[in-house]
Amino acid sequence: MKTEYSIGLSHSTIGTLKKTKLFFPVLLAMVFHCFSTAQESKVDLVTDSILPVHLEEVIVISSYNKALEHKSHHKPLSTLDEYLESSNKVNMIKRGAYAWEPVLNDMSSERLSITIDGMRVFGACTDKMDPITSYVDVSNLSDVHVASGQQGAEQGTTIGGGIDLRLEKSNFKPKGWVGSVETGGETNNEAQIIGGELNYSDEAFYVDTDVIYRKAENYTAGGGEEVPFSQFEKYNISANAGYKVSDDQQILASFIYDEARDVGYPALPMDVSLARAFIGSISWKQSNFVGDLKNWETKLYANSITHIMDDSQRPDVPIRMDMPGWSDTYGYYSQAELTLNHHKFLMKLDGFYNRSLAEMTMYPNNPNEREMFMLTWPDVRTINSGFYAEDEINLKESSLKLSTRLAIQGFNVADEFGLNSLRIFYPEMNQRQTRFLKSVSAAYHKKFKTLHVNGGLSYGDRAPSVSEGFGFYLFNSFDNHDYIGDPDLKNEKAIETNVKVSLPLKKINIGLEANYFHTMDFIIGEVNPDLSVMTIGAEGVKVYKNLEYADLYNISLDTKYEITPELLWTGLISYHRGTDQDGQNLPFISPIAYNSMMQYTTGTFSGSLTMRGAADQVNFNPVFGEDRSNAYTVFSMALGKSFPVNNDTVYVKAGVENIFDEFYSTYTDWNNIPRMGRNFFMTISYAIN
Amino acid sequence: MKTIKFFLATLILSMTFISCSDNNDDPIVISENPLEDFNMLISFKANNHSVEIYSEQQQFSVGYNELFFRIKDDASDNYITNADVTWKPIMHMTSMMHSCPNSMVSKTNDTSVYTGYTVFQMPGNLDEYWELTIEYTVEGQTYNATERIEVNAPTDGKKTVNVFMGSDDTRYVLAMMPMTPEVAVNDFSAKLFKMENMMSFPAVKNYKVHIDPRMPSMGNHSSPNNEDLIFDTSSDTYMGKLSLTMTGYWKINLKVENETGEVLKGEDITEENESSSLFFELEF
Repeated sequence: MKTEYSIGLSHSTIGTLKKTKLFFPVLLAMVFHCFSTAQESKVDLVTDSILPVHLEEVIVISSYNKALEHKSHHKPLSTLDEYLESSNKVNMIKRGAYAWEPVLNDMSSERLSITIDGMRVFGACTDKMDPITSYVDVSNLSDVHVASGQQGAEQGTTIGGGIDLRLEKSNFKPKGWVGSVETGGETNNEAQIIGGELNYSDEAFYVDTDVIYRKAENYTAGGGEEVPFSQFEKYNISANAGYKVSDDQQILASFIYDEARDVGYPALPMDVSLARAFIGSISWKQSNFVGDLKNWETKLYANSITHIMDDSQRPDVPIRMDMPGWSDTYGYYSQAELTLNHHKFLMKLDGFYNRSLAEMTMYPNNPNEREMFMLTWPDVRTINSGFYAEDEINLKESSLKLSTRLAIQGFNVADEFGLNSLRIFYPEMNQRQTRFLKSVSAAYHKKFKTLHVNGGLSYGDRAPSVSEGFGFYLFNSFDNHDYIGDPDLKNEKAIETNVKVSLPLKKINIGLEANYFHTMDFIIGEVNPDLSVMTIGAEGVKVYKNLEYADLYNISLDTKYEITPELLWTGLISYHRGTDQDGQNLPFISPIAYNSMMQYTTGTFSGSLTMRGAADQVNFNPVFGEDRSNAYTVFSMALGKSFPVNNDTVYVKAGVENIFDEFYSTYTDWNNIPRMGRNFFMTISYAIN
Repeated sequence: MKTIKFFLATLILSMTFISCSDNNDDPIVISENPLEDFNMLISFKANNHSVEIYSEQQQFSVGYNELFFRIKDDASDNYITNADVTWKPIMHMTSMMHSCPNSMVSKTNDTSVYTGYTVFQMPGNLDEYWELTIEYTVEGQTYNATERIEVNAPTDGKKTVNVFMGSDDTRYVLAMMPMTPEVAVNDFSAKLFKMENMMSFPAVKNYKVHIDPRMPSMGNHSSPNNEDLIFDTSSDTYMGKLSLTMTGYWKINLKVENETGEVLKGEDITEENESSSLFFELEF
């Protein structure tokens, strides 16, 4: 059929056209790359609409040869965590130098939908030491899409928003063989990073491979104090390939293997001897589907995570213990688009099946006593089937996006031992339960002359996480309490409103954004004084429960000023507040935070000077182990230059972070572990064209 | 079409996950020897009969022993059925003799098998020993069979029986009923006897046994939703619930109260007082 077109010029034109539709997001990302000189910016993912509705933030990951295209980020080989932290919307909770936990709108893991290329992955650590973002590296990714609130519901049920980590793919760009080698080093923690990439791509086939290895020793806080147990070592290899079955149809596959060993968690009483992930997918894409449906994409995926906590390196513990955890997820999604007059529909069916199991074995100090064993995650099987639909309506001088997600989620406590354990607390507990989850949202964008106004209203809910529903004596070192799940928790529901006013002028762009989450049945741990602690030294036991409601507000002002074509200034200031129904502060709410960056880019040279800081954390919650984090300001700078070497390109970037060696810790630092002091870094990228 | 097939497959898959069920049906075993599944602890001859004593345990242990026995007529090689049987365990100490709490002997469904329990308070040793006398009447004739038995401390060395002097100046024997502990809410029961004299240990009714399970290795961690042991008339046993949150060594601290709520023995566990003077032990 299509071979008729496969001769001469017409073929390539048609081919390109189809590809354009098919790889629309990717092309967009590329377009975005060309325009973007900032380290990040808002991207609007609609082509034919003049007034895009989305308020997504896209964090461009500049790895390898893209680092050469993108001299944007101040530190090309930094960890994914550092990339995310540099974004406007995402904050990171730190328990050490590795595996930071993303926070969006003051909400973390269980309230977010974090996906890798649309794939659901669930960490295997009961203590949140392995957020999904720790199982990929910058070498795997092209960009990260951050969508606030129910705008993030496309990839899964969420309250706070969605973070989708998009994999980097050559996508049939006829580039032939492309390779690059990158290496970097940092002085503060003696970090060594080495990575390489080898890709082949033509119009019918591509295969991308990459590898990265990082090793870091303990880092030193500002003032010179070493932070013990902050070392880590990890490597990541990934491959992805695509084959065009016909002009219109492609089959794609991706695989990531990620392994971290000897990861220290200075803020916690335990370290990690192994964190390992296998993440694989296979997908089918075709631009024409049934009837008027276009851009059909179906993906099947599976991932398996093993996480082993270990305290063998710690000199002084009340009791030795092993805490391994496993999380396996199998899932799919299938989506298609439909464009009718002013409407653009996206429909998606998705589902996943997850198995979470974690155990704890403690070795008594008396060698004659038997070891003590419990299941901390009692082999919980979660099955979720969802339907997502959105309609983007193009109106005169405005646009409206309506979206909904409906899902059924079932839990099954598959392990008899685990079920009996939980029945100590909940004698009437059922082995299985089913929940219905729903989300609706409306987003509106209107233009008044030069002023753009975005507004949105949405409702969404979520089921309790495995820990919240079924956790068994999970120790939280932050508030020093053991946590017990409650299988009878109600779903947490949130009404969210957001407003953004932006004024894009010729050289200056000002945006004021605010959102408000009214969360009903907010899930949080509450002390039960009748329960006896399990962890030696813990203060008490908390049981997850539903608060009547909690309110979260986030306001931010960001400004971009193009002083000259080469010189760009960006600034952001944000305010956050979170309280429960009694006006008590919620934990982990950011104080006033700000950052400011001056960036100079010309030809092959780039330079930047960054200032980041926060005010005193006035509103903290001592019940959750928080204290007042002091105000701080830190400065960083970086210089980059690319040189041609024969036909290849070498890009060198060097800089210094925390120039004045400030000793500080932020509200996201678990148990107030101090942040890294002054740190010099240098990276060299060599791209073989 | 592909989509439909795919969803069908997913649906079927999810159904399979949901429809898995547990199968707890025990196979029915038919055996000729009704005590085949038990261990024969001892067999001895008297009066041209052989007495065979069986138990689920491997030995006569300090604590509660549920025993089964049969009497074989050596001449006919048949087991004697429907005999009237009584028994008496006696401890021969260097300076005195005493018995221990024990039940009447009763018949089981199998007319040749008799059963009862004893609660040995102490093990035998080189100089002191237990002797079990069985008296049985067959066809109007009464026989006596006496044999020395070896009573040992439990193989795991854990305490399952307490002999104590109550605040009412009475000596009591409190014995834990055998159980298979699990990380769960376990049925937990004990028997309480009063020592009337050296030879008589009647069961005590309507007292209360408070329990407080602790793990000394875990900073004296305790568990929720335990139920104190209340006297159950039908089984003559104190019954309650014991929650165990993990495997390992558990000390079940006890406190015995009489009908009026007066504490006879045992102390509450507090920050200062880590253990009661009255306790059972479990390890699994």
